[in-house]
Amino acid sequence: MSVIVPLTLHDALQALAEAPDATLLAGGTDLMVELNAGHRQVTDVVSLSRVADLCTWQHDPVRQVLTLGAGITYAEIATEPIAQWVPALAQAARTVGSPQIRNAATIGGNLGTCSPAGDGLPVLSALEAVVHLRSATGSRDLPFDEFMVGPKRTARLPGELITGVSVPVLDGWQGYSKVGVRNAMVIATASVALVTDPAARRVRLALGSVGPVILRCPEAEAAAATAVDFHAASVSDSAVEHFAELARAAARPIDDHRSTAAYRRHAVGVLAGRLLRKAFPNG
Amino acid sequence: MADPMGHHEQYALHVNGHTLEVRDAWLGESLLYVLRERLGLMGSKGACEQGECGSCSVTVDGRLVCSCLVLAATAVGQQIVTIEGVAPVGSPSDVQQAFVDAGAVQCGFCTPGLIMAAHSLLERSPEPTEMEIREELSGNICRCTGYGRIIDAVQRVAVSRRDGGAR
Repeated sequence: MSVIVPLTLHDALQALAEAPDATLLAGGTDLMVELNAGHRQVTDVVSLSRVADLCTWQHDPVRQVLTLGAGITYAEIATEPIAQWVPALAQAARTVGSPQIRNAATIGGNLGTCSPAGDGLPVLSALEAVVHLRSATGSRDLPFDEFMVGPKRTARLPGELITGVSVPVLDGWQGYSKVGVRNAMVIATASVALVTDPAARRVRLALGSVGPVILRCPEAEAAAATAVDFHAASVSDSAVEHFAELARAAARPIDDHRSTAAYRRHAVGVLAGRLLRKAFPNG
Repeated sequence: MADPMGHHEQYALHVNGHTLEVRDAWLGESLLYVLRERLGLMGSKGACEQGECGSCSVTVDGRLVCSCLVLAATAVGQQIVTIEGVAPVGSPSDVQQAFVDAGAVQCGFCTPGLIMAAHSLLERSPEPTEMEIREELSGNICRCTGYGRIIDAVQRVAVSRRDGGAR
């Protein structure tokens, strides 16, 4: 077994070029659980948590784009200044694990694991985030919905690493809600991210933990876009109920050890309806 | 811990201000395992080994983390502080003393992790609200106390520090 701890992106890419199938280790909050339990064996590990180039963020005020390095932790996302630009992502970050977990867990690691229950992922989907990938020989950008191809499966190729993710900084209300058995240390049973984009007159909805990937809800989004009044911040009760129904219809949940498909389908409807009402508080 | 690859390595960690050699280690070992089984530092407790319980909490470069989720070999060159580094034996820190005074210790298994988390919280937020204390200690599970006296202990420290008490 080898463990490489590069401090620069160049060295990380070099290490990965020499061992393209190396296991990438970010905050360790997923991988170490499997390693400790003996559920996973690794040969070459490239640790990314100390790559300084990955632990930075940039806010472009002209293009209104925020780019988060893959090594940005959930503790950082949950606090200012990042939280003000992506409030829904900050809300999702606050629901991740515990302070100890948020200090270690990174947005890049959440993307790398790509669990349908990953708290950051519905928000990245609703924000139409772009994932930045890089190898020793090139780089490419993928929309989040193309990056996540299945449960814990991504479009990342051997030799590539996730360098970061870019999201638009939008003016409208946005939020994230999840259901679990307690407030802290809980993996989402069902989760919903709602993002409003007043300039584009759009409402964007993404569901987590109710399908093999994060699910966008085009029908619900289209219905909301015509039903809401952005100027008055209003939407009717019947439109909220219709929106919730369309969210329920978009879910593709399963029964598993954490919950049932029926409950999950019910829950995403409730959460989607509540988020739409919060975004447009007037009746 | 078994060594499926048969590879053993040697490296050094900075723990509580000392440089300690780790010998004959499997590189897949967690920091918690190395602290306890390689370095003889038994203060950090192992319970869940999946980051759920907080009993293994330490700081790495000042950040509170679960040592069971840190691959030890990646912490080379970083400053690690464990419960043993909080205060010398016989002269407890203010947080440790407050836990004793408030009756916040019962079986004691969660206590080292909670002391680490409480110190970390009070450094960032000297006068936390009860909600903030509950939130900040939510990664540390105690099955004895019901948390009331733990929250009381943290509040006592906040008051005594505000009033100029020694740490």
